[in-house]
Amino acid sequence: MSAPALTARRPGGRAPGRRRGRLEPWVYLAPALLVLGAMLVYPLYQLVLVSFFDYRQAQVSGNAPLRFIGLDNYRSLAADPEFWSVLGNTIGFAAACVVCTLLVGGALAVLATRLTPWVRTVMFLAALGAWATPAVTGSAVWLFLFDPSLGLVNQVLAGVGLEGFAGYSWTYDRWTAFGLVGAEVVWCSFPFVMVTLYAGIQAIPTEVVEAARIDGASTARIARSVLLPMLRPAMMIVTIQSIIWDVKIFTQIYIMTGGGGIAGQNLVLNVYGYQQAFASDQYGLGSAIGVVTTLLLLGITLLYLRSLRRSGEVL
Amino acid sequence: MNGVAIEEPGPTRHAADGTPPAPPRAVRTKRGRRSGGLVRRVRTDAAGLLVAAAVAFPLYWMVLSALKPRAALEAGDATPYTLEPSLDSFRRVLFVDGFGQYLLNSVLVAAVVVVLSTLCAFLAAVALTRYRFRARTTLLVMVLVAQMVPVEALTIPLFFLMRNVGATVPALGLNHLGSLMLVHLAFAIPLAIWMLRGFVAAVPRELEEAAWLDGASGFTFVTRVLFPLVAPGVVACSIFSFIMTWNDFLFARTFIISAQENQTLPIALLSFFKPDENDWGGIMAGSVLMTIPVLVFFLFVQRRLVSGLGGAVKG
Repeated sequence: MSAPALTARRPGGRAPGRRRGRLEPWVYLAPALLVLGAMLVYPLYQLVLVSFFDYRQAQVSGNAPLRFIGLDNYRSLAADPEFWSVLGNTIGFAAACVVCTLLVGGALAVLATRLTPWVRTVMFLAALGAWATPAVTGSAVWLFLFDPSLGLVNQVLAGVGLEGFAGYSWTYDRWTAFGLVGAEVVWCSFPFVMVTLYAGIQAIPTEVVEAARIDGASTARIARSVLLPMLRPAMMIVTIQSIIWDVKIFTQIYIMTGGGGIAGQNLVLNVYGYQQAFASDQYGLGSAIGVVTTLLLLGITLLYLRSLRRSGEVL
Repeated sequence: MNGVAIEEPGPTRHAADGTPPAPPRAVRTKRGRRSGGLVRRVRTDAAGLLVAAAVAFPLYWMVLSALKPRAALEAGDATPYTLEPSLDSFRRVLFVDGFGQYLLNSVLVAAVVVVLSTLCAFLAAVALTRYRFRARTTLLVMVLVAQMVPVEALTIPLFFLMRNVGATVPALGLNHLGSLMLVHLAFAIPLAIWMLRGFVAAVPRELEEAAWLDGASGFTFVTRVLFPLVAPGVVACSIFSFIMTWNDFLFARTFIISAQENQTLPIALLSFFKPDENDWGGIMAGSVLMTIPVLVFFLFVQRRLVSGLGGAVKG
């Protein structure tokens, strides 16, 4: 191909790839869009739709007509004290887990900066192990550790003289059950916080800290007025990401408390919606709970997007 | 893991013979300072190792309990080591309880999801980075939002969708592995697009022009030149898709209702939980089998975890 022909085809100096057919990007996008449309967008629409219907076992099997009931599912939720207690459980549990995760992750990130490199590698490898453990197997191990009779924790506690813990069931009481699940959740989610904050601390130029020190700032003052503001974007991201995880929690609660605890004392939104739909055949009501969860997370997601944009992530 | 080694500020700064306005309590002999720093360093390193041991302990206990003889486990033996490790639990789980089949199912679902999702995501990433068109930014924001959709809330509509799909194509309906492949394909694609986007964008445009000059069509360029060049990104995002699919508990629990032979690992593990007579050796052996692949893959992608992408991967 001759050079003049090339320049003739490139008015305005645009790359050749961009000019070829308007349809071309859509051909490449088609498979992904097809799958996402069918498996994410359409179900999301269906979720909202079903939440406006009286949809139970009779309707599913076709023995009763589908009835549009508007906001009745939401009204019965609002009138149900159990729903409010579950919502409270979800928010309280998520808040406690987020605070603990951030405290543990943040403290260990600071500790990591002061360690000899090989010790730091050992600590990060251990954290990586906790991080990688699937929710199902993590729950299994923690349940085993806290098993009433065969668990290590009760045996050790009884061994050091706390006889009351021999055969003590951690999942029987509402608060110890939440505590046990929370411990597992913090165990497997603090590594993300630790690693991200550690990277954030490493990214702070040492000159800034040096300058503050030469100006006579104390360590506490440096932490408060120099390090924390510079860590803000990273802090924001780990906080919101942790909130999203802990509000969405399902597997750990489901497995460790046997589907929501005794008389549903440990239910959180996702497990509650699941049980309403698949255990009580209240699909319409379950969908309404799903919509509430989605809206809750959508709000948090918007915050996340804003913080991402502020930290300079480009689209 | 190879974080930047932090320079010990104490001794080096002291050696520089400037006269910084040091607070009076910092005035000490050279030797006193150094030994003080050493003590402190040993103390923080010890704390780091202690943390590492505590964090890794549940994993250690999992492996140990899987290797302990069954009799010792059922007697509540709490010794933190075993002198007669046995593979009995693994044998029992794999050959008596049919774990081999479930392992195979999990591998099959994950493999199909990894291949298809990476393919769809790669093509979509090409369209979103190498072409300019009006809907581009909107689509990118949608991809980001899609990652935040609480898929747990979509269980109900997806359940009915799969039931309808199964009426026409049984292999993709409820009780079949196809249903799990379909939904996880959709869940994996948004993150995969987001990850691959950067890799595709990094390939210089000159390469595209060169390929075009050599007579390659757009599609040939994408498959023959671009794809091999973004291979590292493809590997990374394959691993993330694998982990997400492998760890799934909720959808396997919901979709595979009665077909025992089509269960995946997490559900098989759950079926080991029996009131008051848990086969802990079996549960721990199954947990080890399920955790090892994820752990290995985590080691591969550990560098990528820091960049904030890790936030997306947690069941």
